[in-house]
Amino acid sequence: MAVDTGRAVEVGADRTIAGLDALDLAATASGESRLAKVWASAWPKLLALAFVLGVWQVVYWSGWREPWVLPAPQEVFADLARAVTTADFWRAIATTLRRGLVGFVLAAAIGLVLGVAVARVRPLRAALGSAITALQTMPSIAWFPLAILLFQISENAILFVVVLGAAPSIANGVISGVDYVPPLLLRAGRNFGARGLSLYRYVVAPASLPAIVSGLKQGWAFAWRSLLAGELLVIIAQRPALGVRLQGLREQNDAAGVISTMIVIFVIGVLADAVFSSADRRLRRAWGLDQA
Amino acid sequence: MTSVLPAGGVAEQPTDRTAVRLSGVSKVYGRGPAAVHALDNVSLDVAPGEFVCLVGASGCGKSTLLSLVADLDRPTAGTIEVAGGARPGLMFQEPALFPWLTVAGNVGLPMRLRKVSRAERAERVAELLRTVHLDEFGRRRPHQLSGGMRQRVAMARTLALDTPVLLMDEPFGALDAMTRDILHDEIERIWQQRGLTVLFVTHNVREAARLGDRIVLLSSRPGRVVADWRVDVPRPRRIDSPEIAAIAAQVTDRLREEVRRHGS
Repeated sequence: MAVDTGRAVEVGADRTIAGLDALDLAATASGESRLAKVWASAWPKLLALAFVLGVWQVVYWSGWREPWVLPAPQEVFADLARAVTTADFWRAIATTLRRGLVGFVLAAAIGLVLGVAVARVRPLRAALGSAITALQTMPSIAWFPLAILLFQISENAILFVVVLGAAPSIANGVISGVDYVPPLLLRAGRNFGARGLSLYRYVVAPASLPAIVSGLKQGWAFAWRSLLAGELLVIIAQRPALGVRLQGLREQNDAAGVISTMIVIFVIGVLADAVFSSADRRLRRAWGLDQA
Repeated sequence: MTSVLPAGGVAEQPTDRTAVRLSGVSKVYGRGPAAVHALDNVSLDVAPGEFVCLVGASGCGKSTLLSLVADLDRPTAGTIEVAGGARPGLMFQEPALFPWLTVAGNVGLPMRLRKVSRAERAERVAELLRTVHLDEFGRRRPHQLSGGMRQRVAMARTLALDTPVLLMDEPFGALDAMTRDILHDEIERIWQQRGLTVLFVTHNVREAARLGDRIVLLSSRPGRVVADWRVDVPRPRRIDSPEIAAIAAQVTDRLREEVRRHGS
């Protein structure tokens, strides 16, 4: 009899817990469809695009500049349609993207190592911490004269400046990621027996991931800017690149070509940003950071 | 029946059967005139299987004491012994779950760090989640759970350390009363089933009377053991029973006395 009562009490407790859990979780369901979400984020962008094109068209109609200096939108898009059929156009994109990716990967490797070293080693932080931030404020284009003296007109001159532009942001992302790991998580990790390297692997590294991703995103933006600046200055013969193309078309007074190349550069930038943003968003959603 | 024995001061009968023993433990933060004496000459014996609640006003070094027992910090003076050299499991007021891991991943982490095989880990995680009534939530992320559920995950994760000694630092302080009551039943059941030794820090005197075999009162700045009560109310107990209320009143009176000492 007493045993039975005991079991009844326990079953009752189970039900209470299950009921409480169900009540707690009821409010977190979301019913919005995927399509609705895509549309919700797409329409403001489409509207902005239409607005820009509209203003451009109106300025063109106003005759503020000669048509050969400021062509109409449809002329530029016709030029773009012609360009995509040429091999040179794709070779230019390929060269620029390759330079960007190589520079970015190298900068990421250097930035990660530098960031971890500065975050861990106290004297290094004192010596390099503020230098890294100072380096970030240096406009990358100011490095080119020195880069050209050091490496002549070569791929390495461009690579040098791209890495110099991107690595500090990436290192700073790592440093702030490591610095802002919640102390409570470190204590929990240490209580589970994580020490030294295993603490880094299981707690510090994953906990700093959001800051590292935003450092990488910023690093890419710096790499891309440095790269395009570099391609305008460091022109290697027989090697089409987007910056070279821009410079060449300006010399031929081909405004439609210049603008269509700019559109390509812009679109690549937007796509790269979308990749980083989606990584960032996925991370934040998985961690429950965007619920506030 | 209720019988509250104010032992007063330090328990002075060392036995062979102690799970945790603190002898003359002091902890000072900083140096010179700015030094803060968090703990001063604290001696405390906890028997195996005992549920000891530490109460005290803010700044009494309760959390410091747990950090020392958990070996996350070193005492300035004195010694701390944990039977068998086991690493005690520590639970905080915050669940301190890792947001990048699922519920099952969190519970499995202490075992992963001990290099327990994947298959055995999966089995143990399932068992631990059943223990805290969360068997259906292993694949969720911590942020998808309520506060009480998260604290239960934290409990399962601490149990995954396979340690006989549990240190709890106000683990239910941030929860609503209903959830807290249920978690009191839960921790009591788990403690009894597994024969754990628990050192439970709280500022909630009723909670201490509801859960503890003993209630130890610490003074503030510096933290010293000033009273030690045995709670002989049979279990299961209810936090709203008159016996618990009577004990809580007695502890509260003594606690107020301590707090007043700082006002003068």
